[in-house]
Amino acid sequence: MKFGVVVFPGSNCDEDMVYVLRDILRQKVVKLWHKDHDLQKCDMVILPGGFSYGDYLRSGAIARFSPIMKEVIDFANKGGYVFGVCNGFQILCEAGLVPGALLRNTSSQFICKNVHIRAAHNDSLLTSRIDSTTALNIPIAHGEGRYYTDNQTLQQLNENGQIIFRYCDAQGQVTEQSNPNGSLDNIAGVCNATKNVFGMMPHPERAADGELNNIDGKKIFESILQLVKA
Amino acid sequence: MSLTAEKVVTVDTARELGLLPEEFEKIKDYLGRTPNFTELSIYSVMWSEHCSYKNSISWLKTLPKDGPHMLAQAGQENAGLVAIGDGLACAFKIESHNHPSAIEPYQGAATGVGGINRDIFTMGARPVAQLNSLRFGNIHLDKTKWLLKGVVKGIGDYGNAFGVPTVGGELYFDDCYNVNPLVNAMSAGIVEVGKTISAISYGLGNPVFIVGSATGKDGIHGATFASGDLHEDSAEDLPSVQVGDPFTEKLLLEASLELIETGAVIGMQDMGAAGIICSTSEMSAKGRHGMIIRLERVPTRQKNMQAWEILLSESQERMLVVVKKGREAEVKRVFDKWDLNCVQIGEVTTGNQLKFYMEKELVADVPADSLVLGGGAPVYQREYSVPSYFYESKRFSIDSVPEPEDLKSVANFLLQHPNICSRRYVYQQYDSMVGTVNMSTNAPSDAAVVNLKNTDRAIALTVDCNSRYVYADPEQGCAIAVAEAARNIICSGAEPSAITNCLNFGNPYNKEVYWQFVNAIKGMGKACRKFRTPVTGGNVSFYNQSSDEGPVFPTPTIGMLGVLESKSHRMTLDFKKVGDSIFLIGESVNDIASSEYLYSWHKIKHSPAPYFDLDKEYKVQQVVRKLILKGLVRSAHDVSDGGLFVTLVESSMPRGLGFSIETDFDCRADAFLFGEAQGRFVVSVDESNIDTFVAELMNADVEFANLGTVNAGEMIIDEENWGKVSEVAAAYDSALEKQLS
Repeated sequence: MKFGVVVFPGSNCDEDMVYVLRDILRQKVVKLWHKDHDLQKCDMVILPGGFSYGDYLRSGAIARFSPIMKEVIDFANKGGYVFGVCNGFQILCEAGLVPGALLRNTSSQFICKNVHIRAAHNDSLLTSRIDSTTALNIPIAHGEGRYYTDNQTLQQLNENGQIIFRYCDAQGQVTEQSNPNGSLDNIAGVCNATKNVFGMMPHPERAADGELNNIDGKKIFESILQLVKA
Repeated sequence: MSLTAEKVVTVDTARELGLLPEEFEKIKDYLGRTPNFTELSIYSVMWSEHCSYKNSISWLKTLPKDGPHMLAQAGQENAGLVAIGDGLACAFKIESHNHPSAIEPYQGAATGVGGINRDIFTMGARPVAQLNSLRFGNIHLDKTKWLLKGVVKGIGDYGNAFGVPTVGGELYFDDCYNVNPLVNAMSAGIVEVGKTISAISYGLGNPVFIVGSATGKDGIHGATFASGDLHEDSAEDLPSVQVGDPFTEKLLLEASLELIETGAVIGMQDMGAAGIICSTSEMSAKGRHGMIIRLERVPTRQKNMQAWEILLSESQERMLVVVKKGREAEVKRVFDKWDLNCVQIGEVTTGNQLKFYMEKELVADVPADSLVLGGGAPVYQREYSVPSYFYESKRFSIDSVPEPEDLKSVANFLLQHPNICSRRYVYQQYDSMVGTVNMSTNAPSDAAVVNLKNTDRAIALTVDCNSRYVYADPEQGCAIAVAEAARNIICSGAEPSAITNCLNFGNPYNKEVYWQFVNAIKGMGKACRKFRTPVTGGNVSFYNQSSDEGPVFPTPTIGMLGVLESKSHRMTLDFKKVGDSIFLIGESVNDIASSEYLYSWHKIKHSPAPYFDLDKEYKVQQVVRKLILKGLVRSAHDVSDGGLFVTLVESSMPRGLGFSIETDFDCRADAFLFGEAQGRFVVSVDESNIDTFVAELMNADVEFANLGTVNAGEMIIDEENWGKVSEVAAAYDSALEKQLS
């Protein structure tokens, strides 16, 4: 499978994503420079974490207008697979490729820590290989990660199976205490209605290397590989 | 062309700029004439304590600099450089940003992070880990809360966006820091041996570029500001504080490393203190060449900046780069890609003279070497005298302290003490995992372990200084700081390699402060020789005091680098399994001197440094290292703040385990549990290894004791139940946040 990892000037999780895909999962990876227009025939485009253009305004607000994003939006609208993590998720929301918005954490602080998330179901590219009854230990690192949308959209997301991950405790229970940032309905990740564009705040690429003693995130990448194989 | 006269400069002007009358005379001697205002401003910043180390350098030179792995010695480059094997080197350094943080905590701390990272990548090394060492006043003061929240947010916002993980640090509170907090930032970067870039300039006609941010009026005279006491009107020095832009720093990092790859670079230096004048003079003096610089070409943020303002501006995220003539286009191409300014502002000349022009006017004409440390900058031997408190401290005896009946209350007090409780509130605001190299996230150890991907190696990093010990006895206290750093490195499975230091002291013209400085240096030198950890450089920050509260505790923060030759040597601090035996390695001493227990519970402020024997400490550390390499221990954690009890709780918490131990009849129970005698480790051992483990210790002739065993979550001391670990863990975890709210 060929992945394209978009590099905005302030991306800082791009190398981490490339490392997991190329060195750990042994996949083809190319970097897609933000000023370019060519997606190089990738099977999936990944928008990594970071601070795309400094994000002094609102996370992702400027990145959506970059040259590469014009192509990414086009690709997504034609059914291409796009996956945004953290800042990448924020950019997808700003670009309207997935529903909702990511607001400042309720603590109004940046939070970096391991959290638990649970797949809402197995019926998606990201979760096909994941047991949706157990918790995955995946880190978050963001100041603006509080997922929000209006009630009507929330209802649609639930009905269409567009909620992919929810924050939960170590036992897999979705509780208020296990919600690190005040996200609506504990939402940690969603997809669009056609289920080809995905965004999540936790960083699976930070939990995919055995040398760091946590490979729960690897299951998400293995799910992605599985579906394309099939 | 004649030199601009501007206004008349006298010895009074010099004094206003922080120069002494004899320094003014010296400047006139170097120039053979009276300097103009711009030139005088140049000398005032370059000869400030911050840039010249004039009151410290003679003592710093006594520190050990040589070691088998040293690639660049202290003072030679922007940061120390140490070979770590597999053809790699680590560039690392710690630096203070105390005064800016005292009046503008957010920007002060943020730009401290920016500055230290530039020191690393200007050498061609990619920063991989950051640490910080913070000290604030009384936690109950509103001002302390404001300062801490601002500093932490400043460090977080800058470091998080820059994208280098913050992997470790330390945080202490004491009344002595009420006015003058200490903010020390450390960064470590990795570079291939032989691919480093020097801060040097040479080669007639080679072009000189300024790259990065535009130059503004921020931070003018920042170095001078940092070289005087804080006083009531310090807030009026706000323009001396710089403003940080981590996004530009990130671009500058990528562009700089890409530029180095082209092979077009002669030398490069970041612009920190004293801006353009510092980088042009230091690079030129080092390469024994001169420069002609045209200041009107410098991109500025505002119109009508004066020549001296452009020269002295400490605007952040800028670099001076000298490249090979004819390769200008390659430089342009790289910086265009990253949308950064890149302007040729001058060229290298022969000789030693720096000539600065503004349009057609020659505004300053000074010899480069007259400005710099090791060149013409003044060097002073300051007088010192022993403070009376030192003798008072020595008279302390444990027998004068009644042993509390209720030791459990002491235990709870210590676990929630702001100097001991969990630092979670702070470190959670830092991205500790970006870069996916932090091996301590899911496997905690005394030092942070940073993975070197695609190798079998890792590095270990720690910052340490208990300034209460240094105050009690500067020589012993500073040696302890080095020993504790080494202990932390050892407990992580690594071998101590080298140190960087950040020497935070009061006013060097105060004889008692200078005595603290001199003795701390002696202690550091002694300990670094013993542990074979040469000093690779660092930073001196004097004048950490305020007119009303006297000097801060002498605080020589030690940043130590360790190397794991194999990741299989990795050791962690947490107990692993119920039933494992718990051993104390090192001497049990009936000592509570300078412990948090004595200082905060009994409120006895004067006592000697805790028990410390450098030779024994070294021996114990070597034994523990051997035990780890042989795979005979399951966990290792050093005994430090709060004593043995806190160490046991800290080893129990990560996995929700507990401990059943017996105290030692030769010691008072309070000394046994809460004393901070040095040179001790708590390790846990699997039953099957106990015989071999004990045999090793017997052979090595070090003291040790079998304390007891790991249990499923209770704290049992001499068969008495002290409660559940899970309960104290909750209190330990939330104590800092509660006290700050």
